[in-house]
Amino acid sequence: MSVPSPHPRPSRTVVVLLLLACFTVITLDVRGGDDSPVEPLRSAVGSVLGPVERGTAAAVRPVVAVPGFFRTTKGLRDDVARLEAENARLRGSLATTDIDRNRAAELDGLLAGARSTGYALVPARVVAMGPAQTFTRAVTIDAGTSSGIAPDMTVLNNDGLVGRVIRADRTTATVLLIVDQESVVGGRLGSTMEIGYLRGRGQHGDDAKLDLDLVDQSVTPARNDVLVTWGSRNGAPYVAGVPIGKVTSVRSSPSQLSAQATIEPYVDFTSLDLVGVVVDPDTRGDRPVITAGKQEEQR
Amino acid sequence: MTLVRAGILAALLVAAVCLQVAAFPHVSFDGVVPNLALLLVVAAALVRGPDFAATLGFFAGLAIDLAPPADHVAGRWALALVVVGYVAGRVRQDAGTSAGAAVITVAASSFIGTSLFALSGMLLHDPAVPATEALAVIPVAVVYDVLLTPFVLPLAMRLLRRIEPHRVAY
Repeated sequence: MSVPSPHPRPSRTVVVLLLLACFTVITLDVRGGDDSPVEPLRSAVGSVLGPVERGTAAAVRPVVAVPGFFRTTKGLRDDVARLEAENARLRGSLATTDIDRNRAAELDGLLAGARSTGYALVPARVVAMGPAQTFTRAVTIDAGTSSGIAPDMTVLNNDGLVGRVIRADRTTATVLLIVDQESVVGGRLGSTMEIGYLRGRGQHGDDAKLDLDLVDQSVTPARNDVLVTWGSRNGAPYVAGVPIGKVTSVRSSPSQLSAQATIEPYVDFTSLDLVGVVVDPDTRGDRPVITAGKQEEQR
Repeated sequence: MTLVRAGILAALLVAAVCLQVAAFPHVSFDGVVPNLALLLVVAAALVRGPDFAATLGFFAGLAIDLAPPADHVAGRWALALVVVGYVAGRVRQDAGTSAGAAVITVAASSFIGTSLFALSGMLLHDPAVPATEALAVIPVAVVYDVLLTPFVLPLAMRLLRRIEPHRVAY
């Protein structure tokens, strides 16, 4: 111990003070809840870093697209052939379901009355994704309060339900994905109209699944049954009728009264890009609002 | 001069945090991305020692905690990175700064940082991370951080040496 160290011995004071500061911040944020003193700081940082993240995402996007340039004509031709075949198949199945569809649409029209059927969407792109190390499945989108976005709005894309807005800054907003562990969505089974709650598992990637708890525990969901959102009052946080996913497996154990169903979401959460935020149709913002009146027919 | 140094450090932190959430998700492995802020803190620990690294870790952690889309309790990454900075700084004095030692320091720091973050989440139920998920994520995070070390660490260390104030010989 008599050998002098080449570096000065660190004083414990600094690290102890820093640890105390960390505990103070954590305590403030935990005890404060929704109106904690950290919240203004968070939105200030969000307002500053949001645009930087948007810029980074915009700069990275062309680089990510580079592998696409090297696709050969043959590859593209194959794609066209495959898509044409798929198109023909879909057209065929559409023709057979047209009658059912029309009947359902008539009933829907009767029930809904003058209420508008479509949703008004604000388009946005995903610019940042929370790393798996934070154990939270949330993304940042490049539209915020300046486009009319507020917390507790539904976010969806072409495939189905993505999540809901949990925080909106001026130019960016944070979206909690439905696969997050804290996310609970009211869902309705397509075949039996039974309602239940879908909980995320917090997984990422291809094995991102949701668990379904039905309110009526005597009902057993069938495989490939489709789940849509059940919707809540004033469409917050979820509007009704957005497809969520389909039942992939049902298992029942003697120890539990109800059957447990696993839901595979339609949305691929690893490659999220363009999403839509459901807003009030009269929203005035800095970007155009898309009103999708014919949404039912596109699905 | 101190202000300029602080500005450069802040810019480095912002760049690390933004690249981490906006650029690296395109090359993520199951959602796990390399923790650039942690690498920066380790570089600071190797160049400047525990006090400086712990302080930088505090601000880097706060940046991760507050930058969108983070929604967990603020201060959790700050706590993890303060410990990482301190421990990595202490280890440097014993291990020296050879390439092998640097890689081992990064691996250990990444393990400590991610585990501490997961543990604080378990304690605070924010979210209550199941141990199985934590165990699945942490090794991948460590491997990814180590893979990026040869590209990021020397660069960060050179930058930090450049902006280091002249020390009195002792």
